[in-house]
Amino acid sequence: MAEHVRIKAIYPPGHVRAPYYLRGKTGVIERDLGNFANPEQLAYRHKADPKPLYRVRFTMAEVWGDNAENPADTIDAEVYDHWLERV
Amino acid sequence: MPHDHHDHDNLSPSGHPFRPDNDEPLTYWQTMEIALREILVEKGHLAQADITAQIDAMDARNPSHGAAVVARAWVDPDFKAQLLADASTASRDMGFDIGPMHLVAVANTDTIHNLIVCTLCSCYPRNLLGLPPDWYKTRAYRSRAVSEPRAVLREFGLNLPDTTTLRVHDSTADMRYIVLPARPAGTDDLSQGELAELVTRDSMIGVGLPRQP
Repeated sequence: MAEHVRIKAIYPPGHVRAPYYLRGKTGVIERDLGNFANPEQLAYRHKADPKPLYRVRFTMAEVWGDNAENPADTIDAEVYDHWLERV
Repeated sequence: MPHDHHDHDNLSPSGHPFRPDNDEPLTYWQTMEIALREILVEKGHLAQADITAQIDAMDARNPSHGAAVVARAWVDPDFKAQLLADASTASRDMGFDIGPMHLVAVANTDTIHNLIVCTLCSCYPRNLLGLPPDWYKTRAYRSRAVSEPRAVLREFGLNLPDTTTLRVHDSTADMRYIVLPARPAGTDDLSQGELAELVTRDSMIGVGLPRQP
């Protein structure tokens, strides 16, 4: 059973790697990639905490709505756990 | 007639176009890079030759390395399984020095086509394939590869049927991606080396297919 997650629809300033076009969109975990240093700290030379990183798969229909070229095509992106809400 | 042209700003006296010399002042970051490099050399942490050697090592990486990995996956099912499970280890086992890169291979099939992009910047599996093509870094490719990827593929000459699912992979964090294209039909008699010749850079990004024999 695929785990459904939503990218948080928040817009903090500074260096973040959660793509803007996916904020608020719901997808499924494609795979667990393990822990990686948090780029939001690394970017400012702070000590970076290890954060779980996932590949999340979204349908084009979810991301682009009626403007999707082909609704069943997908976009996979790497998203850190602290950007995800379980739904 | 070039010599009748009145725009002397961009033509030499003999009528040929030329690019002005890059005599503009250094930017802040160019100055910073030179200062840092010179102080590292001056204090003996690095030699200028080390820097040149590193540039040479990066320039020596090129798409033929990825093509060798793909061709082996076409002929060796165990290697293909290893590549799809952990592409970094599989590439290193073939002798390619890919540094600390975390590589994910995604396989094209009869019903799935994969495309690689980095919408945030220009992440690319440089440590295996070498430097990315200039178009890969453009804002147009980076935005359109997620918003209208099928239109982008058509511009590269690749018309995906509606029955094929397109999977776009956005390299947003620590992974880098390589497409494992499907082996072309009619290649049963080819050696691994001959198969590698069919694997183009674009087919490993997903904007193309391998050459036909």
